[in-house]
Amino acid sequence: MAGLLKKKKEREGGEIPTASMADIAFLLLIFFLVTTTINVDTGIGMTLPPKLDEDQEPPPVKERNMLKILVNAEGRVLIEDVPSTVQRVREEVKKHTLNEGEDPRYAESIAQAIVSFKTDRQTPYEIYIDVIDEIWMAYREMWDAEARMRGFVGGYASYKEYIEENDEEDLIRKKIKAQISIAEPDAG
Amino acid sequence: MASMPDIIFMLIIFFMVTTVLRETEIQVRTTLPRAEALTKIDQKRLVSYVYMGPLKLADNRLGDTSVQIDDALIEDTNAIRNIMYRKLLEQPKLIVSIRADESSEMGIVIDVQQELREAGTLRINYSSKPEIL
Repeated sequence: MAGLLKKKKEREGGEIPTASMADIAFLLLIFFLVTTTINVDTGIGMTLPPKLDEDQEPPPVKERNMLKILVNAEGRVLIEDVPSTVQRVREEVKKHTLNEGEDPRYAESIAQAIVSFKTDRQTPYEIYIDVIDEIWMAYREMWDAEARMRGFVGGYASYKEYIEENDEEDLIRKKIKAQISIAEPDAG
Repeated sequence: MASMPDIIFMLIIFFMVTTVLRETEIQVRTTLPRAEALTKIDQKRLVSYVYMGPLKLADNRLGDTSVQIDDALIEDTNAIRNIMYRKLLEQPKLIVSIRADESSEMGIVIDVQQELREAGTLRINYSSKPEIL
């Protein structure tokens, strides 16, 4: 009788077993580990031009200030009507933009330089991205060079850090604006 | 030893917070192109995706190139402007991420882009993977 009472008392003071807690937590951990996808979306950012009104003409651009890049359905590249390659695009964009009126085939000034890019409707998207990538890399390299000229050894990235800290205007991107015009392909 | 559950719970909470349960099933193949001039989009909340690529059919076969927004395949590209306009009203800083298959033809990409211009969603992003060196 006494033994029975004692046993009951022990039960009342019992605790929740915590030994299995770690296991349960582990199970949950594994579930979330498996379902988690930590994928940061990377890509090439662009801003599309706003829609023009029907009676509104696109702003006039001098032929000279426009570097025309054409890519056909086979992925062949034409820069200013000269057959070229995707790898050449970067050099040509840089030459065109930084020409400052020197070579009559290229732009008159940095501010006026525009890169026009046109594809066929059949051009593979992959080649389109390759060319866009080369154009952007040309601008990035120009920004880097400009930043180094201003004394930022780390290139444009360290300049950007500096202006963000000091809340200043981005003078490099104001000077060398990425002006890329993506022309609509001809119907066909 | 006693701190072990605490540590694990911390980890769980971390993964619970970072987990995004996949809510859309992508019905088109999107093998992204590779590029060098990449930027990261940190604010995932601003992003809306447009998928473009060959339709995934049964037995690993591929169909025609289709456009998918959220869960639905878009039959008529002219519908995109309304969808995107509505999204823009909800999120004025909307970024449209174009996840197009590398084999897609430019025609459809340009058509979608024209629709985005009509809708006024001008910030776009050509989703691509980093180049393998």
